Amino acid sequence: MKPNCKKLSRWLAVVPLSLALHGVLHAETVARYGISMADIPLTTGQPDRGAGAYQFTGHTLYDPLVAWEANVGNRPGKLVPGLASEWKVDAKDNKKWVFTLRKGVKFHDGSEFNADAVVWNLDKVLADKSPQFDAKQSAQVRPRIPSIASYRKVGDYAVEITTKDVDALFPYQLPWFLISSPTQWEKMGKDWNKVASKPSGTGPFKLDKLVPRERADLVKNTAYWDKSRMAKTDRIVLVPIPDAMTRANALLNGQVDIIETPPPDVLPQLKGAGFKLVQNVTPHVWPYHFSTQPGSPWTDIRVRKAANLAIDRNSVVSLMSGLATPAKGQLDQTSPWFGKPSFKIGYDLAAARALMAQAGYSQAKPLKAKVIIAQGGTGQMLSLPMNEFIQQSLAEVGIQVTFEVVELENLYLHWRSGAKADMNAGKGITAINLGYVTADPFYALTRFADSRYVAPNGVNWGGYNNPKVDAAIDKIKTTFDTKTQDGLLAFVHQSMVDDALMLWVVHDVNPHAMSPKVKEFVQAQHWFQDLTTIRM
Amino acid sequence: MFAYIIKRLIYAIPIALSVTVVSFVLVYLAPGDPLNAIAPADAPEEVIQALKSAYGLDKPVPVQYGLWLLRAVQGDLGTSIASGRAVTAEVLSAVSNTLLLAGMAALGGVLIGCILGALAGYRHGTWIDRVATVISVIGVSIPHYWLGLVLTIVFSIWLPWFPAMGAGPGGSSEWLWDVEHMRHLVLPALTLSVIPMGIITRTVRALVADMLEQEFVTALRARGLSGLAIFRHIAKNTAPTVLAVAGLQIGYLMGGSILVETVFAWPGTGFLLNTAIFQRDIPLLQGTILVLCMFFVVLNLLVDILQPLIDPRMGRS
Repeated sequence: MKPNCKKLSRWLAVVPLSLALHGVLHAETVARYGISMADIPLTTGQPDRGAGAYQFTGHTLYDPLVAWEANVGNRPGKLVPGLASEWKVDAKDNKKWVFTLRKGVKFHDGSEFNADAVVWNLDKVLADKSPQFDAKQSAQVRPRIPSIASYRKVGDYAVEITTKDVDALFPYQLPWFLISSPTQWEKMGKDWNKVASKPSGTGPFKLDKLVPRERADLVKNTAYWDKSRMAKTDRIVLVPIPDAMTRANALLNGQVDIIETPPPDVLPQLKGAGFKLVQNVTPHVWPYHFSTQPGSPWTDIRVRKAANLAIDRNSVVSLMSGLATPAKGQLDQTSPWFGKPSFKIGYDLAAARALMAQAGYSQAKPLKAKVIIAQGGTGQMLSLPMNEFIQQSLAEVGIQVTFEVVELENLYLHWRSGAKADMNAGKGITAINLGYVTADPFYALTRFADSRYVAPNGVNWGGYNNPKVDAAIDKIKTTFDTKTQDGLLAFVHQSMVDDALMLWVVHDVNPHAMSPKVKEFVQAQHWFQDLTTIRM
Repeated sequence: MFAYIIKRLIYAIPIALSVTVVSFVLVYLAPGDPLNAIAPADAPEEVIQALKSAYGLDKPVPVQYGLWLLRAVQGDLGTSIASGRAVTAEVLSAVSNTLLLAGMAALGGVLIGCILGALAGYRHGTWIDRVATVISVIGVSIPHYWLGLVLTIVFSIWLPWFPAMGAGPGGSSEWLWDVEHMRHLVLPALTLSVIPMGIITRTVRALVADMLEQEFVTALRARGLSGLAIFRHIAKNTAPTVLAVAGLQIGYLMGGSILVETVFAWPGTGFLLNTAIFQRDIPLLQGTILVLCMFFVVLNLLVDILQPLIDPRMGRS
């Protein structure tokens, strides 16, 4: 009897202990992320609010056909297979691309991913007569996939996409295009607004809860098809906190574990309190984009070069409390497309003054120019203080700059209209200060350097026209060998620098501040970040 | 009384209409484009045109306004351009959060303001009066977002007593009357309460000081009434004015808390207005302004109904 009692009491002791251990081992890990947006980006498939939103409700809930490698931080990422395991251009007709799709992939709602789903999603954003067409999603992604002319299913797991022209850079457009579930859209009464709160993709996270403007809970998709990209955290809570100071306070107070873009003047306090600061090379540049139209003072290359040599970029970096890197061109020097420009951008006051003297200007007889700038906003960094610094620096070499200060929304109108437009040239505006995303060849280079992209066809704002560059761009589009492509892109970039197409000041570093509870976060050298790398 | 209420409600219609017209026109006069809320900056013209047509933004402004008004009269405030969600739901959710915040701020502000004002009025010219005056001047003139930041630094970071942002734990939006939710309310309500507190302190101080000079107070004293009984008479006489001022202040708190709600990421109407303005989200902006305007009208109506109940002389006049 006694031994039995002993055995029983041992077992009774073991049960709560094992239960407690089970609780510890299986406690849900949660990362609370203070994001800089005023609302949760669109959850239906194509996030709104710019490139930075893709990391939150884009590549978390959904997958593209061709993905961007965003889980490496020590080198620039590259294109990698996504829902398409491989893709190749038709040897006979270089406008046709065939994408072989992955088998066995399921949407969060359990339905199967296949060629029909891809075609359905292309219709969703490109075919405005299709029942599933969504103007809002279309607006987000259509400008990012401009090459697509037509598409069709060529097998249950194969899709053919035809481009408008031969375009070897076409795969770079595809990480922007995400695949949502047709079945879920049907289930939600064919209403995208209803899909928003119960979306279904194939991504590494599922949406568990959405409270507009307040939070979105992403939970780990344990059945995710890509085992190498399984989420390291069970739940990520996205909390929109648009005010930078409030974001920093929430981190210091322990309400969130990670924030993006902390305000520069709070960095010492954050570091002092034991918080980690993570930053990396980021495809972004903060430039003055010159007008080279007749009548613009920037038509003289000596003036453009002098402006580039008049800026002490290290001081700008200090102004940003280290949250920037000096620009040597449109791209960071680590980019495979940087090339070997002969014009070395740096701080050389004497050389700048000499160039201005050759052009017939001095501090006593300054060149006058009007620049349109934004009072602030996404991508503009510390717009007003930085512009004042540039203004003073340029005055040192005989360039007297005045500003037209507008809201960012209004600045976009001036940008889209081009330098020639009455709202710019008519007002004496000869340069525009707008932060540029430089994530891929089109975004970084060709849209600014191709003379055929002058408004209304594109955003070659100043009207840059270099026949050699145009020829190189044409060649890039028809060259399918990556090495040759990289060489041509490097040529385009070095030409832009040698022609001093813009006044390049600094690159953003996309800073994040994290509490010590965050054990790991790999920050990619891109606007696309991979939240599966967050480990608590 | 019923006829009076109906009449006042009818008067509110042209006020609400003019507010919506002015706000509609102002949004269009402001530089920028509502489409920037939904289209990428480099969207080509064909995409812009397709969107304009999809959202009815290609129609003339008066037509857009007319269509919006037609729907609004039927209780449909349209769909937010930026989020695609129903404006009515968005606004109602925000209004409930702001009502809570404004209610607490008003309660604190009116209570402290009345006490400080009465003390200052009774002790006219003494150090108590001077202290109350300084406090009320600070309350009226201090930048509230700055005060909010200071309170956050002191009571959230140096002394981690209260949360720095949000309306509930982990961004929860379901309000519960528990300690955790109340802790979220303290700092924003305190920040917001200094506005009515300052104004009401000044109003009550001036009224009480003036009342004490009145002949009826001298007569009451001559009849041997106790200080408390005299105070009751003074309170009764000051109440209608205080009520009117408090009513206005609560109205201002409902719509005027943009900066405080932004500093504390409090999901109310101020935060919503801020977002709508920056995104040029016209339906959301119009819907929020209309609801706030109606709130103001109803609040004024309530004050007008309560005043004669408190002071029968007003009813007779």
